[in-house]
Amino acid sequence: MAGKLIAVIGDEDTVTGFLLGGIGELNKNRHPNFLVVEKDTTINEIEDTFRQFLNRDDIGIILINQYIAEMVRHALDAHQRSIPAVLEIPSKEHPYDAAKDSILRRARGMFTAEDLR
Amino acid sequence: MSGKDRIEIFPSRMAQTIMKARLKGAQTGRNLLKKKSDALTLRFRQILKKIIETKMLMGEVMREAAFSLAEAKFTAGDFSTTVIQNVNKAQVKIRAKKDNVAGVTLPVFEHYHEGTDSYELTGLARGGEQLAKLKRNYAKAVELLVELASLQTSFVTLDEAIKITNRRVNAIEHVIIPRIERTLAYIITELDEREREEFYRLKKIQEKKKILKEKCEKDLEQRRAAGEVTEPANLLAEEKDEDLLFE
Repeated sequence: MAGKLIAVIGDEDTVTGFLLGGIGELNKNRHPNFLVVEKDTTINEIEDTFRQFLNRDDIGIILINQYIAEMVRHALDAHQRSIPAVLEIPSKEHPYDAAKDSILRRARGMFTAEDLR
Repeated sequence: MSGKDRIEIFPSRMAQTIMKARLKGAQTGRNLLKKKSDALTLRFRQILKKIIETKMLMGEVMREAAFSLAEAKFTAGDFSTTVIQNVNKAQVKIRAKKDNVAGVTLPVFEHYHEGTDSYELTGLARGGEQLAKLKRNYAKAVELLVELASLQTSFVTLDEAIKITNRRVNAIEHVIIPRIERTLAYIITELDEREREEFYRLKKIQEKKKILKEKCEKDLEQRRAAGEVTEPANLLAEEKDEDLLFE
């Protein structure tokens, strides 16, 4: 079975780090599987790239910084399929906040005690 | 879906047997589905717990990785643009495998390495050691994240499966079984009523026959009294038979 890629949408540091980890690739049309989000990147651009990644069938996981995920929360919540898996990761300035995670919010109704652990 | 409907079927003994069998089948089905739902929910809770643990761990690993990135930047200068420009092939890719839990196939990710490190020469000028440490940290982070992604996909898939199974259980319990029970009750009442009708009909016929018989006898008495009735010849009482020529 063909291998799938790991995509990254994040700030410069996050993307650099993961590229050094070895996940970056340019496909046949020279499209990268990552997006560096700067201060002047518009929300539309981020949303477009996110949707493109979702539609590509060679991407299995999408890593996205949590503060960027907040900006395109509606696009994330609309994604119901199990693959590609969307993972929210913390960035340098914004540490991980479990309350905002799309996935954990689905289980919110069942396990209130666990979240407060 | 009104609350008063039942299956349209002609009430007969055989229909009653069929309905009983169907009721039994529905109850067995409901119990099996409930067991499946319980097994899936148990697995779901386990996965959720693991996800929360792994996410906390991931937070720490990312923090450490980001820290080593800052260190490397300090020593080696800004290599971000170089790194981003030199992308061509990924060394770490993932495969999606299928795992089976209580009858539900869950996708699981497995990462594998392919090809050589494109960034072998990046830290050659300065900061090589920090860069190597950085690469190791991020590689570790990637492994952890792949595991987390597996857990997450299992989570989402299980969530859907549990919802579907519960929906089926509720449908059987609140729609199918009451409908069959109502049909059974209807068949039984119809059969009882038919029996009563039959009984009543037979009784009525017996009465009628009795009345007819009494009327006939009374009539006969009257005619005998009036002398209009001749008894037919009684073969057994005759003493002389005129057909016999020679006695």
